Amino acid sequence: MEYVIEMLNIRKVFGSFVANDNITLQLKKGEIHALLGENGAGKSTLMNVLFGLYQPDGGEIRVKGKKVNIPNPNVANDLGIGMVHQHFMLVDTFTVTENIILGSEPTKSGQIDIERAEQEVRELSERYGLAVDPKAKIADISVGMQQRVEILKTLYRGADILIFDEPTAVLTPQEIQELIQIMKALVREGKSIILITHKLKEIMEVCDRVTVIRRGKGIGTLNVSETNPNELAALMVGREVHFKTEKQPPKVGKPVLEIQDLVVKDSRGITVVDHLHLTVHAGEIVGIAGVDGNGQTELIEAITGLMKSESGSIRLNGKEIRNLTPRQITETGVGHIPQDRHKHGLVLDFSIGENMVLQTYYKEPYSKRGVLNFKAIYDKARQLIQEFDVRTPDEYTKARALSGGNQQKAIIGREVDRDPDLLIAAQPTRGLDVGAIEFIHKRLIEQRDRGKAVLLVSFELDEIMNVSDRIAVIYEGKIVAIVDPKETTEQELGLLMAGSKRKEAGVSS
Amino acid sequence: MSENRLTNILVPVFAVILGIIVGAIVMLVSGYDPIAGYSALLYGAFGDRYYIGETIRQVTPYILAGLAVAFAFRTGLFNIGVEGQLIVGWLAAVWVGVAFELPKVIHLPLAIFAAAAAGALWGFIPGFLKARFRVHEVIVTIMMNYIALYVSNAVIRSVLSDQGFKSEKIYPSASLRSEFLQSLTDYSTLHYGIIISLIAAVVMWFLLEKTTTGYELRAVGFNQHASHYAGMNVNRNIVLSMVISGVFAGIAGAMEGLGTFENVSVKAGFTGVGFDGIAVALLGGNHAFGIILAAILFGALKVGALEMPSAADVPTELVDIVIALIIFFVASSYLIRLVLTRLKKEGK
Repeated sequence: MEYVIEMLNIRKVFGSFVANDNITLQLKKGEIHALLGENGAGKSTLMNVLFGLYQPDGGEIRVKGKKVNIPNPNVANDLGIGMVHQHFMLVDTFTVTENIILGSEPTKSGQIDIERAEQEVRELSERYGLAVDPKAKIADISVGMQQRVEILKTLYRGADILIFDEPTAVLTPQEIQELIQIMKALVREGKSIILITHKLKEIMEVCDRVTVIRRGKGIGTLNVSETNPNELAALMVGREVHFKTEKQPPKVGKPVLEIQDLVVKDSRGITVVDHLHLTVHAGEIVGIAGVDGNGQTELIEAITGLMKSESGSIRLNGKEIRNLTPRQITETGVGHIPQDRHKHGLVLDFSIGENMVLQTYYKEPYSKRGVLNFKAIYDKARQLIQEFDVRTPDEYTKARALSGGNQQKAIIGREVDRDPDLLIAAQPTRGLDVGAIEFIHKRLIEQRDRGKAVLLVSFELDEIMNVSDRIAVIYEGKIVAIVDPKETTEQELGLLMAGSKRKEAGVSS
Repeated sequence: MSENRLTNILVPVFAVILGIIVGAIVMLVSGYDPIAGYSALLYGAFGDRYYIGETIRQVTPYILAGLAVAFAFRTGLFNIGVEGQLIVGWLAAVWVGVAFELPKVIHLPLAIFAAAAAGALWGFIPGFLKARFRVHEVIVTIMMNYIALYVSNAVIRSVLSDQGFKSEKIYPSASLRSEFLQSLTDYSTLHYGIIISLIAAVVMWFLLEKTTTGYELRAVGFNQHASHYAGMNVNRNIVLSMVISGVFAGIAGAMEGLGTFENVSVKAGFTGVGFDGIAVALLGGNHAFGIILAAILFGALKVGALEMPSAADVPTELVDIVIALIIFFVASSYLIRLVLTRLKKEGK
């Protein structure tokens, strides 16, 4: 069998930390090969070695049977290796074509030959069914389209081997389906693909083989047709994982959060939350499903006081809280696990202990007459670290030094510990691995079972379907449908999220 | 954790040593004797009671200026305006010193308070503009420096004197000088300001590290978004930070006006103390106790330098070169860190 890429016994060490411990990955021509592992398992390190960003400390790389040395990404490009990054590397104000040719512009008598470039981009786009308009500005096209521009960039540079780094993280279900078609078209045309992911469903659907790594070690390579998601999850995590979070039927109580006719405008004066109605009761989890940018962020910021709203009403336990300050709202009984934990959730240069009292530092016992009581603060931190399984050397360690999952656990510990009547969780598991996701889902359900109201916002349909008791679909700033997760499908949700009316989705209410 | 702290201490120490070594090379190349030069410097700073008194006197405003810069810096702001805040503080202190004659227990605190208030006002303006209109504080504070310089000169000419170049001497009841300190240090200009500046260092440390106000200020300095999310008033904290920074700077001015000079004179240019405060804060790691050590070093260099031309024929400008080199090495601490880690690796 012919391998286009062979990474044999690759070893990469950072200081005393072994990121890759003799990992072997062999990519066949024309296959889609998944690289599966938890966050921090060493997937990115391995791919950065292949892409020339890191030098391996051991092992060898062969491309088409020939041993090679890849000192930098330019050499990787020359060898036909292209990377589609998770975070797009695009210039927003440039057109699609300008972005694609950036760095290897075709010139005619000293000037950029933009017509020829557009022609080439159009041909490539048609050949692989990408349907990208070469003249469109990046800022004007959807995230899915931007990703295709990234794919085109690698193709334009003549890549035969494409590395996709968590490509579906930012896409809607429909866009994911389209991406899968594109990937299949690519391999039909003779390209080979490495797909970095921790989503098992995608692997089962699109990949031919899968290489699993765990804590820097290669666990093995399997044929996808001979395995199943449970086996893969167990290999990845090292223990049995439960996908369906166990939960009892909800005991729904009185309304906790009542939003009526809420209007929020963004800084440019555009209405982003448009006369929205929503009620969340005690003892239930309401999931908000929607494509990013349909008003979810603004809705949450309006509830929590981070953003002012134009009109309408937000009541918590019957008390009007609209346009109060964040502190007043927090004290009324709202907990908020923010979408961006680095921006809002933590002061990264504070210790874990200091972060644990971010909203309560001015109260006893954490301070008295304006003087902080560090003993009380660090006692509380130790308790929460223990209770929420935050893996940190100690409570004095800076939040920056923790992994994403542990940072998230710290935030959840802090928010839950304040015992709020309403807990808002925005993308609480983004970027986390299976084990941490399971833990966080359990905690959310635990809050529900204690009679609290939980509002969950997520772009992951699995999460919404799995955790919510009711699903509210948001589209262009409005709740367009409320569905029961037990009676809906991802397809229906996907269509609703894309703006279809319920009838068109073919479901009777 | 402790290893990190050790590096934080070692980096400035190495920077100082490197600065002195490279300074010696510069002296050699320019045909001066570095050993004689540095001996003269050392003698001029600590050689006898008089010199020690002068050094401590010079250290006093450096500590306060360093605290002012560091306080703003620790809360996420870059206060280039310490110089201007110091000048208005100096002016206000002397104004109160010459305008009233009061019992010392009232007069001296009142003069210092006036200086603090003037510095606070000079810090408030850039703080307010930053909080309200997002005007960058570096631009505003630089401009405020010039406003302070020329306003102060105008006031000295037309209010505190009759078109003269300096004010009257302040009443003894507002002075920080004392016969006791003079007799102790052979009639140097040493005054009680050093005690005030040491207290200020303790105050800064306590305020930042131990109080809820300091917690808020630091949180806002590190991450405004998270502070807002946590319910803190970000704008209020920005203004407060600049005001407190201005208070330290204003008191630094009072040290000059009530202690060192006992008057205020028209200045052709900036005193430089406020700008040196940036270097002191940087070398002191923006930490109260580090700043005291850094201020001692800078004060000793400045005062000791005066001895170099007469004793060793080395021009004082060379000390400015050494100071510049030290700042350069602190600023390029990345390089020193790299060398330190290399050394550590080889040691293992």
